[in-house]
Amino acid sequence: MKQKGGMTMELSVISSNLLYASFFIYLLATFIFGATVKVSNEKTNHKVGNIGIGVTIVGFLTQIGYFVTRWFAAGHAPVSNLFEFMTFFGMMLVFGFIILFFIYRITLLGLFALPVALLVIAYASMFPTEISPLVPSLKSHWLYIHVTTAALGQAILAISFAAGLIYLIRQVNQEKATKRTRWLEFILFGLLCAVGYIAVGTTFGAVNYEATFEAPVNEQMTQITYEMPPIAGPADGELLTERAFGPLFETPGWMQGVNAPVKFNAILWSVFAGLVIYGVLRLLLRKRIAKSIQPLLKSASPRLVDEVSYRAVAIGFPVFTLGAIIFASIWAQEAWDRFWGWDPKEVWALITWLFYAAFLHLRLTRGWEGERSAWLAVIGFAIIMFNLLAVNLIISGLHSYA
Amino acid sequence: MSEITCECGHVNPEGTVLCEACGKPFEENQHLNDNKPEQLLNMRYDGSARRSQTYQRTIVDKIWNFFSSVKIGVSIIIILVIASALGTVFPQEMYLPPGSDPTTHYKEQYGILGQIYYQLGFHNLYSSWWYLLLLAMLGVSIVIASIDRFVPLFKTLRKQKPKRHVNFMKKQRIFGETTSTDIDYKRLKKNLKSKRYKIHEEEGHLLAEKNRFSRWGPYVNHIGLILVLLGAMLRFVPAMYMDEFLWVREGETKEIAGTDGLYYIKNEDFILETYDMEDEANSQFQESLQNQSGPVPENYQTNAVIYERTDLPVVPGKEPELEKVREAEARVNHPIELDNGISLYQASYQQNEFSSMTFKLHDKGNEDTDYGQFTVNLIEPKDEYTLDNGTTIRLERYFPEFELQDGEPTQVSKFPRNPAFIFEVKVPGEETEVSFAGIGVNIDASGENDYKVGLVDFQTRDVTGLTVKRDYTLPIIAFGAAIFMIGVIQGMYWNHRRIWIQPKDTGVWVAGHTNKNWFALKKDIDRIVADTGIEPPVDQQEEKDEAERGNDDGIISDKQ
Repeated sequence: MKQKGGMTMELSVISSNLLYASFFIYLLATFIFGATVKVSNEKTNHKVGNIGIGVTIVGFLTQIGYFVTRWFAAGHAPVSNLFEFMTFFGMMLVFGFIILFFIYRITLLGLFALPVALLVIAYASMFPTEISPLVPSLKSHWLYIHVTTAALGQAILAISFAAGLIYLIRQVNQEKATKRTRWLEFILFGLLCAVGYIAVGTTFGAVNYEATFEAPVNEQMTQITYEMPPIAGPADGELLTERAFGPLFETPGWMQGVNAPVKFNAILWSVFAGLVIYGVLRLLLRKRIAKSIQPLLKSASPRLVDEVSYRAVAIGFPVFTLGAIIFASIWAQEAWDRFWGWDPKEVWALITWLFYAAFLHLRLTRGWEGERSAWLAVIGFAIIMFNLLAVNLIISGLHSYA
Repeated sequence: MSEITCECGHVNPEGTVLCEACGKPFEENQHLNDNKPEQLLNMRYDGSARRSQTYQRTIVDKIWNFFSSVKIGVSIIIILVIASALGTVFPQEMYLPPGSDPTTHYKEQYGILGQIYYQLGFHNLYSSWWYLLLLAMLGVSIVIASIDRFVPLFKTLRKQKPKRHVNFMKKQRIFGETTSTDIDYKRLKKNLKSKRYKIHEEEGHLLAEKNRFSRWGPYVNHIGLILVLLGAMLRFVPAMYMDEFLWVREGETKEIAGTDGLYYIKNEDFILETYDMEDEANSQFQESLQNQSGPVPENYQTNAVIYERTDLPVVPGKEPELEKVREAEARVNHPIELDNGISLYQASYQQNEFSSMTFKLHDKGNEDTDYGQFTVNLIEPKDEYTLDNGTTIRLERYFPEFELQDGEPTQVSKFPRNPAFIFEVKVPGEETEVSFAGIGVNIDASGENDYKVGLVDFQTRDVTGLTVKRDYTLPIIAFGAAIFMIGVIQGMYWNHRRIWIQPKDTGVWVAGHTNKNWFALKKDIDRIVADTGIEPPVDQQEEKDEAERGNDDGIISDKQ
């Protein structure tokens, strides 16, 4: 029996190394796809694109390796907490990109889809990464059927966002500041907030930062540990750690749960870091970020990018319906005795589904193509991200373990 | 009815935009599909005559037209999206902590916003009349919009002829003219067939078509959605849907609700297992388990026995005669399923509920004295207990779960979680004394008692909470969901493609149409014409874009 313990420990180490490796391989692939921007010769471009997709596939297989080894180490499919789910979501993003690359062969898509996947995977590692046991409600084969299909559907829909973003940066008139340029900058700022959060989290993680509060939670004194300096402390909390920074103010009392102040604090940090990075970039570039990227996207055919964005929805929508609505309902019927219960996560899956249904109707029967369709793709991604992060972290519900 | 007779001889119904047979655009109806003279044809529903576009006189027409509009349908969807999101701002009433009062909970927890939320009825948003009305309107819209489009589109695609009008050809998005006399039609047909196109021919004109079935995808998936909505509606019919809750104590046998007294369940044992950190099998969870503040549950399980009543017909009040059917386990994710469609789900539990308590009577000042013991069964307490020495102890009052409120004992629930008693102790030949006894409390209200009733022992047991469900709507909803998936895949993963080939004196014209995915259609045609002497047609829309973009840096906006 001792043997087994050692084996699983070893496996989990191999697993996390494979995940690291895949991360850097994706990063490399991103740079290769980046190189295609500067190559105008079509033949060379094709060749570089082939190398790029080859490296991407190697990265994908490496991440499959992570997934399989972790599965063996844990004894259950590694999709049971936020770290595992987001990592898997990132993997499916890459998979969705590979599919669409082989349909349309757009190298630029790699330059946008892979960074989104990288961001998602890096963001995932900000959450507890240890292998956790399954609570009774998760012990079902529907765990992997439902979660994997839902993640795949969301990931393909997210590719639509990557293509939509290319379209917007390529097409929105940057000659003067308008509502559209501002919104576009806001999207990029949102992505930079994720980058900022990862940077801050990694930095304080590296120095093992900890500040502990004692605060009342549900009328009981509880210890709350922050892993980032507390900008916002818990309501009526007392700082126990000596010589720690802050807090500057208290988390509003209506944010519920033990971890609410920590999560709220993390959001503040990511917005703050995002603002700093955005500000520095603006100072360095001396113009809007989208405007700086725009010339690089000249070679992209807007109509083709638009079609990719739509096609991703056309492919992703049925998968999402199957995974996030139908399989979800079947499992809910088995585990919670009702297939639909208006739990926040369920409601937001329904919202996502309704939104993309509206997207398809507007596109197919009312001719919303091009820019309008691209904005919709962005909103759709925002809804998916909201359901992934905000609903788990802010709104408590039956899915709060995930 | 004013039918339109086309120059090709085909008689079209009123409101037709493009002749059903030859596709000729009818001048007087072009506005119905927003067609402008210089632009490409809008091929919406193949220019068929839709009821909603043709009649707008009676009130029925107006209602029909309202619900058949995609704009209205999408608006309903967007309103549903916003409403649904609002419902997640604060928890719905059903997710409030047990025992909380919604009239005060929202205000206390979430302040003035919570109060407004509650006042607006958002705490029960998803069952509010207006939310249900929106869903119903969406259902009506789905039905009407589908019929309005499906019927004429179906007819038009059945009546279409290979020989197309000149203006139809020229105004297709994919179009090309080839001037050449050396065209290999045999090769062309072979190429079309190898790409799985079905070829129809009329006086040398070709229509190559594939995947027309994908056009029906939207209508199929809408049928699925309607079935799901109907199934959900049927839950309001009591015979279709039953939802009960059953608390069963260990050792207890209870009638299963909804079975007309036919089935009984006995709770043999309720098991709660937590992950054991010491267990080698859990070694991979070490780190995670250490980070948890409490034990992590591994299993909730009720070991039960199912009985069937044999003394039929059921006489109310008569002690049932039971026959064991089988032993069964209810675990989370693994409900017990009975033959009659009823399922029992492991939904809740209560650990260590008191089952009996044993007291002894002793001198108030000396706990070592013992004038006899008695045991109170907490489920069926007796009115009076007699000790060996003839003392009678009358159970004056019993509080299964008691709390002291303002010095007065009050009953919180009827479950024996914190039992307390008022005893009247009558020792032969002495005054009757009143004693209040519970766990950790023992009050002598008069202050003049000689005796005391002291707790010496107690037994506990677990209680399991099972949901009892029977839902005959499930097959309908599942069937609807399956139909929806078939329809959505049929419509999304295939595309309806048509290619028209028109021989001319000087060469040949080629036009193509697809309901979506133009890039792939263009690729198809390019391959098909590659070795036939026909020049690849062009995407006229793309050409127009290029022209609009001109020689500038290629940056345009849609809004121009």
